[in-house]
Amino acid sequence: MSLKHLLPLAAFLLLVGLLAVGLTLNPREVPSPFIDKPAPAFSLPQLHDPEKNFSVADMQGKVWLLNVWASWCVSCRAEHELISALAKQNLAAIVGLNYKDSPMDAQRWLKRYGDPYLLSVSDIKGDVGIDWGVYGVPETFVIDKKGIVRFKNIGPVTEESLQQTIIPLIGQLQGEGA
Amino acid sequence: MIRRMLSAVIFLLLWVATPLQANIEAYHFDDPQLEVIYKELIFELRCLVCQNQNLADSNAELAQDLRRQTYEMLVAGKSREEVVNYMVQRYGDFVLYRPPLQKSTLLLWIGPFIIFAVGVFGLLLMVRRRARQQRVVMSESEQQRAAALLGGTSAATAPQDKGRG
Repeated sequence: MSLKHLLPLAAFLLLVGLLAVGLTLNPREVPSPFIDKPAPAFSLPQLHDPEKNFSVADMQGKVWLLNVWASWCVSCRAEHELISALAKQNLAAIVGLNYKDSPMDAQRWLKRYGDPYLLSVSDIKGDVGIDWGVYGVPETFVIDKKGIVRFKNIGPVTEESLQQTIIPLIGQLQGEGA
Repeated sequence: MIRRMLSAVIFLLLWVATPLQANIEAYHFDDPQLEVIYKELIFELRCLVCQNQNLADSNAELAQDLRRQTYEMLVAGKSREEVVNYMVQRYGDFVLYRPPLQKSTLLLWIGPFIIFAVGVFGLLLMVRRRARQQRVVMSESEQQRAAALLGGTSAATAPQDKGRG
């Protein structure tokens, strides 16, 4: 067979190869522009005590997680068990950002499924969500002692992402100086 | 009968489509110039939830919020660039339907031109090869034989041509 006849086959194989690579990529995972940047500041009323505000600055010097959740979000319930298990390990404080939710529904949800959060804040209009580039609830951010976002998990956390990425990262960040 | 049914279906579809189209909220601008910028922006910014739609097309809640944000920023006197930068800071370059020219997008921008150039090159090669193949030099006897096969001698066909002209 001459080279001329092999050419279409080569082109076909190249195409198949490119498509195969494409299949393994997740288009939902948009690289976050926040990684290694300071966590966007906010000050929001606490879910259980709206008189009191919580702001990002309160967590200065601590490694912490910001978990974006809502009572209307089905995947949040799916990851809730894992988030609760993580909270029980006391590796780092988990703050809940209750995104575009009614505080009443949110409180009822926590009562029903358990509250793993240090505290939750109410982002009723979703403005803080926009500031944090949230587009697929649930999302989980890992923030280091200096207030820098080090990791973002889009969608529900999985056993795999917890064991392989988030927990080792928390350990590493706890070892870093403030 | 079938035609009538078809037109009824089309009519029904149109009727259903109108309220769907109208679902995007209307914002009032005092300055028509701002409205133009607003419309351009929501057509150029991607909805992160439904990734193949822009903000104008999408009915996702996030798209509504981002449209509101765009509106509020424009009314507050922010420029087009400031709105775009605001979105890119939060959602990355992905939010732009027209990606900026930079290292990671270089192939995206010049790729089509490379493919085009390769195509033109291949076409040129083919055309030249074909031209070379057609330029077959025939010997005198071959020419005579060809003329005979095509019906008569070349001398006999010449007057015919003249007559036609």
